[in-house]
Amino acid sequence: MPLHLEIVTPERMAYSDDVDMVLVPGIEGEMGILPHHTPLVSLLGLGELKIRKGGQEESFAIVGGFLQVRPDKVVVMAETASLASEIDLERAQEARREAQRALESGFHEGVDLASARAAMQQALLHIRVAERHRREGPRSRG
Amino acid sequence: MPSQREIRRRIGSARNIKQITRAMQFVAASKLRRAQESTLAARPYREKLDEVIADLAAVLSGSDHPLLASRDLAGSHSRLIVILTSDRGLAGALNTNVVRYASREIIDHPGELKVATVGRKGRDAMRRIGLPIAAHFEGFGDRPSFADTLPLARLVTDDFVAGTYDRVDVVYSRFISTLTQQPVLEQLLPVVPSEDTHGIPGNQFLFEPNPGEFLRALLPRYVATRLFQAVLEAKASEESSRMVAMKNATENAEELIDDLTLSYNKVRQANITREMVEIASGAQAR
Repeated sequence: MPLHLEIVTPERMAYSDDVDMVLVPGIEGEMGILPHHTPLVSLLGLGELKIRKGGQEESFAIVGGFLQVRPDKVVVMAETASLASEIDLERAQEARREAQRALESGFHEGVDLASARAAMQQALLHIRVAERHRREGPRSRG
Repeated sequence: MPSQREIRRRIGSARNIKQITRAMQFVAASKLRRAQESTLAARPYREKLDEVIADLAAVLSGSDHPLLASRDLAGSHSRLIVILTSDRGLAGALNTNVVRYASREIIDHPGELKVATVGRKGRDAMRRIGLPIAAHFEGFGDRPSFADTLPLARLVTDDFVAGTYDRVDVVYSRFISTLTQQPVLEQLLPVVPSEDTHGIPGNQFLFEPNPGEFLRALLPRYVATRLFQAVLEAKASEESSRMVAMKNATENAEELIDDLTLSYNKVRQANITREMVEIASGAQAR
């Protein structure tokens, strides 16, 4: 039985296809989901979502949201989801510098610290995922 | 009969109007394409959240989460209606229809009530009616993002949880097609789960970390998503309504130009005839 995976964000449908296995960054650690999984709903953390399909692996940088698992279907409702190969590394680094500035100046200028911190985390995640993707290229597993 | 010059001036101004309305029509058309795309692209997320809520309905009904709390509506209750309109006019009957729809709802259900308006047109209309405006947001620009609508969502959920309101509705114009937009009212709070269609009872789901925390995160998100969807629909409605209104205006201007040109030629012809008669009779008189 194939496992149907859908990744949606408030702004778009990011992915919809049958896959062999998906690794999801749950709030309490990474979860590997295969077909026939127990029905489950979970909060999502921030991290890398990995899709295995026919020996190929794809990955998304995922920030927050919800996960619903049914035996034949996985729905990821993330706040943002960026395909690793589509992340612009330079822009992510620029975002990190900006967040850094906001965090440093925040204490006296009243910048929203929580959102600066979230921006920082997201930038770091994007950099990590994009760099790994660049290093390893589209991986194939034997 | 107006003079030749008078008519020529009026033709000129009708031409100017036509140019403007035509430009507006094309601008609205290209904005509509974008607005329509983002409305359609945002639908899956909302549908998925709907499904999750429906799946969990069994758990939800047993839960005492504050956003589900259906308070006793028989007694004195207060209500907030969020009205989504546009900032700019010249969008046909769009804003009038939304405001009229909201007003009818308000008249039919008297009681303690406040409104929150998005878009200048809605605020102006509510001021004229004299309803208390609890909050006002300027429109969310041409491409509303989810983050733009979060402050509004947070405001209504916080006020609902605090007990300021017992019910929150949103009135907006749903985008059906370029030619049809339908004003609708949706209940935002308390959250009402829709029917479960997937046959996995909610109590069979495992929750991580636990049901309470999951619902605490899910429900405000659900409210924000529905608001965001409404904002997108309203945007697409606005642009399509403006496009059609401006198309009509352009056609009317063209018709006016044709009519004026005809009477201009008539006057000109009459003048020529009159002058010739004058010359002829002048020559005869000699």
